[in-house]
Amino acid sequence: MAARTPFWTTLTDPLIRQNPVTLQILGICSALAVTTSLATALTMSVSLTVVLTLAAGIISVIRRHIPDTIRLIVQIVIVASLVIVIDQILQAYFSEISRALSVYVGLITTNCLVLGRTEAYARYHAPLPSMVDAFGNGLGYSLVLIVIGAIRELFGWGQLMGIQVLPLADEGGWFTPLSLMLLAPSAFFLLGGVVWAVRSVQTEQVEPPDHTPPSRPEPAE
Amino acid sequence: MNDAWSFFLFAAFVDNMPLTLFLGLCTFLALSRRTESAIGLGIAMTGVLGVTVPLNHLIYNGLLAPGAWGWAGQPDLDLSYLALIAFIGVIAATVQLLEMLLDRFFPAIHAAFGVFLPLLTVQCAILAGSLFMVERNYTLGESAIFGVGSGVGFAVAVVMLSAIRARLSYADLPAGLRGLGIAFILTGLMSLGFASFAQMAAAQ
Repeated sequence: MAARTPFWTTLTDPLIRQNPVTLQILGICSALAVTTSLATALTMSVSLTVVLTLAAGIISVIRRHIPDTIRLIVQIVIVASLVIVIDQILQAYFSEISRALSVYVGLITTNCLVLGRTEAYARYHAPLPSMVDAFGNGLGYSLVLIVIGAIRELFGWGQLMGIQVLPLADEGGWFTPLSLMLLAPSAFFLLGGVVWAVRSVQTEQVEPPDHTPPSRPEPAE
Repeated sequence: MNDAWSFFLFAAFVDNMPLTLFLGLCTFLALSRRTESAIGLGIAMTGVLGVTVPLNHLIYNGLLAPGAWGWAGQPDLDLSYLALIAFIGVIAATVQLLEMLLDRFFPAIHAAFGVFLPLLTVQCAILAGSLFMVERNYTLGESAIFGVGSGVGFAVAVVMLSAIRARLSYADLPAGLRGLGIAFILTGLMSLGFASFAQMAAAQ
C-alpha cells in the first residue's frame, strides 16, 4: 500500500486544490495574526510545517499503540512537546522574531490544522505517507501565509523582508503607506479575497447556496 | 470597582479575541452559520475561559514561574517552559469535567452543545487566554475578569456574525464568495467596527 501511494498528489493536492486554509477553514487564527510582515509569516510557516511533519510522523509510528479513548490527549501532548522545542529554538536564535510572534508560536499547539491532519490522516496511514501529507499541508498553509504576508508588508510599509521596495513619499518617492494594511480588518479582507480568487478558478469548491431564489419571469413590458 | 469594570470592557471589546487578535477563528467561522449554535458556543467559551484562566494563573505562579520553588530552597528553578503542557492539561481536564457535570445535571444543555464542547480543548482562544495572562503579568483577580470578559467578547462577536450570515443566506452573491469568502469579509467589516473601541481606550 505504502509503496503505491501517489506521493506526488499527496504532496501537491493541499497546495491549492485541497488547501487547508482556504477550503477546510483550518489554522486560520495564526494565518491572519502573524502576517503583518513577510519575515514573521515565513518563520511561522517554517515552524508550523516542521511541527506538523514531525507530529504526523511520530503519531503515525505509534498509531497502533494509542488507545482510542485518550488519543486526543496523547496527540496534544506530542504536539505541545514539539512546539516547546521550536519555541525555545526561536527564543534562543531569533529572539526578535520570537517577540514579534508573541503567543502565536505557542498556539501552534492548538492549531486546528495540526490536529486535523493527525486525526484525519496520520492515524490511518504509515509514517512516510503521513509525513508527506503533513508536509504538503504545511506548504499549502505557508503559501497562503506568504501571499498575505507579502501583500500586507508591501502595501503597509512599502517593504519586503525589511528592505524598502516602494520609495516612500516622505523620503522623496511616490508611495504613501496604507496603514490599514497593518490592522486586523485588512487581513480578513485579504483572506476573503484569496478565497474568492481560488474559488473562481477551482469552481468545484464553491459552496451551494442556502436558498435558491425563485425563478422570476422578466416583467413584461 | 470601576477599574474592574473598565478592565472587563477592555477584555471583551478592545482586545476582542476573534476580531482583533484573530483567535478561535476556526470555530468562530464554522459555528456561526446558525444562531442557536453560536449562542451555545458563546456560553461554553465564557464558562471554560472563566474557569481555566484563573486556574492556570494559580498553577503558573505557584509551580512554574521563575522562583516559584523558592520556599523549597530552589530559587533558581525556572519551569516556565512547561507552561504550555500544563495549560493544555488544565484545559482538557476542565472541558472534560464541564462535560461530565453538564451531562449529569443539565442533560438538555449537554445535548444542545453536542460535539463542540470537547472541541474547546483545542480552541486557540482558550489557550491564548492563559498565555496572555502570563505574558501580561495579570494578578489573580485580573485573570478572572480577563477570562470572563474575553469569553463574553467572543460570544457577542459570534452571535452578531451569525445574525448577519442568517440574513445573507438569501443574498445573491458571486459564486466564489459564497459561504467562507463572504464570512471573512463580514468578519473584516465587524473588525473594522470593533477597531473603534481601541480608539476609545486610547482616548481615555
